[in-house]
Amino acid sequence: MELLPKAENRVRRKSLMPGVGQFLRTLGAIIWKDLATELRSRELLSAMLVFALLVILIFNFALELDAQARATVTAGVLWVTFAFAGTIGLNRSMAMEKDRGCLDGLLLAPVDRSAIYFGKAIGNLIFMLIVEAIILPAYSVLYSVNLFKPGLLLVILLGSTGYVAVGTLLSSMAVQTRTRDVLLPILLFPLVIPVMIAAVKASMGYLQGSDILDIRPWLNLLLVYDVIFIAAAFMVFDYVVEE
Amino acid sequence: MQSKPRLLTILDIVTLLLFVVAVGMVFFYAPLEAVMGQVQRVFYFHVANAWVGMLGFLVAAISGAGLLIKGDPKWDIAGIAAIEISFVFFFIAIVSGSIWARGTWGTWWTWDPRLTSAAIVELLYAAYFMLRQGIEDPDRRARIGAIYAILSFLSVPLTFISIRIFRTIHPVIIGSGAATAQGSFDMTTKMLQTFMFSLLTFSFIFADLLWHRIRLGRLAVETETLRLKTLQ
Amino acid sequence: MITVRKLVKRFGLKTVLRGLDFSVEAGEFVALMGPNGAGKTTFLRILASLSRPSMGQVNIAGYALPHQAAAVRRKLGVVSHLPLLYGDLTAEENLRFYARMYDVPQAEIRITEVLEMVGLSARRRELVRTYSRGMQQRLAIGRAVLHDPEVVLFDEPHTGLDQDACLMLDGVLREVAARGRTVVMTSHDLARVADLASRFDILSRGVITASVTRAQIEPDHLLAFYRQAIA
Repeated sequence: MELLPKAENRVRRKSLMPGVGQFLRTLGAIIWKDLATELRSRELLSAMLVFALLVILIFNFALELDAQARATVTAGVLWVTFAFAGTIGLNRSMAMEKDRGCLDGLLLAPVDRSAIYFGKAIGNLIFMLIVEAIILPAYSVLYSVNLFKPGLLLVILLGSTGYVAVGTLLSSMAVQTRTRDVLLPILLFPLVIPVMIAAVKASMGYLQGSDILDIRPWLNLLLVYDVIFIAAAFMVFDYVVEE
Repeated sequence: MQSKPRLLTILDIVTLLLFVVAVGMVFFYAPLEAVMGQVQRVFYFHVANAWVGMLGFLVAAISGAGLLIKGDPKWDIAGIAAIEISFVFFFIAIVSGSIWARGTWGTWWTWDPRLTSAAIVELLYAAYFMLRQGIEDPDRRARIGAIYAILSFLSVPLTFISIRIFRTIHPVIIGSGAATAQGSFDMTTKMLQTFMFSLLTFSFIFADLLWHRIRLGRLAVETETLRLKTLQ
Repeated sequence: MITVRKLVKRFGLKTVLRGLDFSVEAGEFVALMGPNGAGKTTFLRILASLSRPSMGQVNIAGYALPHQAAAVRRKLGVVSHLPLLYGDLTAEENLRFYARMYDVPQAEIRITEVLEMVGLSARRRELVRTYSRGMQQRLAIGRAVLHDPEVVLFDEPHTGLDQDACLMLDGVLREVAARGRTVVMTSHDLARVADLASRFDILSRGVITASVTRAQIEPDHLLAFYRQAIA
């Protein structure tokens, strides 16, 4: 085996800062790219929004919601809606890369692979938050419920983060299979159950004005979940995309 | 292909013996429970089955990590073997739990934490199989399977905790609050012994089946290699 | 510039590349040919650092794959038969994106240069979705050389192009090669590469079975040479 000169072997950055800078630049580039593309085509957002509204509509018929029942069920309906609409966004986001070989384009770049993951994940999170920001007022209007409690917004942020963290990772796995779109919900939903439970419980807590002590364990659970899975995704993403 | 190792044969015999003894203990050694009668005997195997069911993801996560770090496909065989076995065992656990529920509370299914968690884990196993099935390249299949196993393993405790914080009617035999749990009972010494012995027996069954399944996997790989050789 | 020794690539139990040896000096233009399924695309993907070798050594521009893949990527440009372009962005937005990914200095100037080279300056503000296949390929080449790589890899770039588009592509290819870059191009089209390449290698059944430079062979004999090499 040829021995390369020691100096050339060490392709390591001399200091941490340029590395971080490049990481953030890559992140920014990918997020900007996703936002710009979406602004032009509006495919993703419109699909997610329409789907979300349809789900709420179906719930209206599926569950007989008098004013009383609505109070207890709102949190659940909202999160089910977000979960389903979310899969559409996740699927489309990855499919866009895979279809034109763009994922290879990203992998060819001399960037940290995890930067690609974070870029896509943050992009997905932004889209999900946009959809949620539209659905909340829509729901409020349709059902005369006041949803503008600051605590609720925190729950939505934490819950969506956990969902998107796992969802982005899984969509990069699912996109490699034959059954792509169909497979993502099957893979995703059992894994994000803790998020769903905690988010629904915490949301309900805030909506019903419960004591913060009751809500706190759920928020903690969300936080723990988010941290664990973001860390896991960071470590594992390289293996998902390598060939 | 090596012929069956001596140790495996011994393990087979030991496992079989343990099982026979365990069955004997369940029916003859353990006393009849006052409130529930014969139905309570399901309990011994039910919990042991669930225990084995949980092992699946533990073993698969470890072998998954091994696969990712070492890159040797042999780790993959262990992973899928573990999940296959646990899938079946957990299914048995759920069914036996259902029988228990019928005998104790009169319903076939209850949405309580343990049963619900079991159902979710079962679905995770199923998702694992579906994921693997969709990937052509064997190396990629192994790698992606390993990652999903690791993710599942991380999520199961969180799932369990989150469901647990709900109210439960599942008997909390070992551990906390018997106050809110109907259908729980104090275990006498003999019951405890039978229970522990069942756990031991089923652990042996798991190990035995795992070994057999891994051998089967290796045999499949060898056969495939030979087949490809003759084709070329 | 590129050294490959005893490269083996397996997919599960199937071996596609069997101990392949390959080496390219700086500035050479190597046409890599072979029948379908011989492993050309697999080989190119390994050189492109998209795929890991099962065994063997690959060195590009002094860096070893797969361990120093990040360093190698900076020196590589890759054009595959998929365009690797975002249809909903304009040509210049696509290039701007890749310029940021590759940390290209003085990006705007470079982008203009590249668009000139591939003959797409006039249509830089149009969405790539509206481009013909030929135009997309040319833009893809622009993307590949944006960061001024030393090595450029092409995987059957003429696929799906009509005559005119092929001629335009050849013009760009010559431009790319003229700057002293090392080029490896897989192709099916013997006639096409006869004009472009300085060397012809044949990949058959997982190994390089023959190699000949342009000086050593008449263009007319190329077909016979090829047939013999894959027999």
